[in-house]
Amino acid sequence: MKINGAEVTLPDDTTLLDYLEQNQYKLERIAVEYNGEILSRDQYETVVLQSADVIEIVSFVGGG
Amino acid sequence: MNTFDDIDTLQQQSVAIAGLGGLGSNIAVMLTRSGVGHLLLIDYDTVEGSNLNRQHYMPRHIGRPKTEALAEQLREINPAVQLTIKYEKITAENAADLFRGWPLICEAMDEPAAKAMLINTLLPDAEKIIVAGSGMAGYGSANSIKTTRKMKRLYLCGDETSDMQNERMLAPRVQLCAAHQANMILRILLGEMDP
Repeated sequence: MKINGAEVTLPDDTTLLDYLEQNQYKLERIAVEYNGEILSRDQYETVVLQSADVIEIVSFVGGG
Repeated sequence: MNTFDDIDTLQQQSVAIAGLGGLGSNIAVMLTRSGVGHLLLIDYDTVEGSNLNRQHYMPRHIGRPKTEALAEQLREINPAVQLTIKYEKITAENAADLFRGWPLICEAMDEPAAKAMLINTLLPDAEKIIVAGSGMAGYGSANSIKTTRKMKRLYLCGDETSDMQNERMLAPRVQLCAAHQANMILRILLGEMDP
């Protein structure tokens, strides 16, 4: 699968939430586009990542 | 290449700005100077002395709602500009209502959770395009501030790393990021979808 433009291989049955937690994303600061659709927060744990997936994770920092 | 005639069409265009701090106030000024006809301005804050080092306000505005203080200046710049003002905190509950009918939205809030909330709440609406800011604190290289198209309908301006928690917010990089956002908005309004 492709995550933020890079090819990534993950074990079977990895959920999006597993990936986000393993990579120290702060859930309240991110938006995730999964195969072209914005996911809601409660979908993170139900989405099981597949090899053809294209995922973009944007993590915001403070200041405006 | 755009013609001068294309630029004139900006008078018929509208843009919503979420947050009127360092990014939003400067973006509103640039869009008004560029001739964008109608702006939606949303913020719940009042102007403080500590804002004046980077936000587009004057000492005479201290204590006044940013919506009001900014509207006053925008009308000085262009008396014909049409402004819709909402002195309100943007939340996950009210965001859909606040931005209904505004397809092009500029995210200019300061808290990272608020930025993410706005994207997560509004972007599922397939009509919306958001130009957001992330990473403009400190005095790192100006060249690290960029515009990228992160998602189909999300553009992100900034260096994506410098955080107001660790570095001071200073005028030059805040205005650089604001200019990136304002320019991307003009590009979208004029049909140029690449960053």
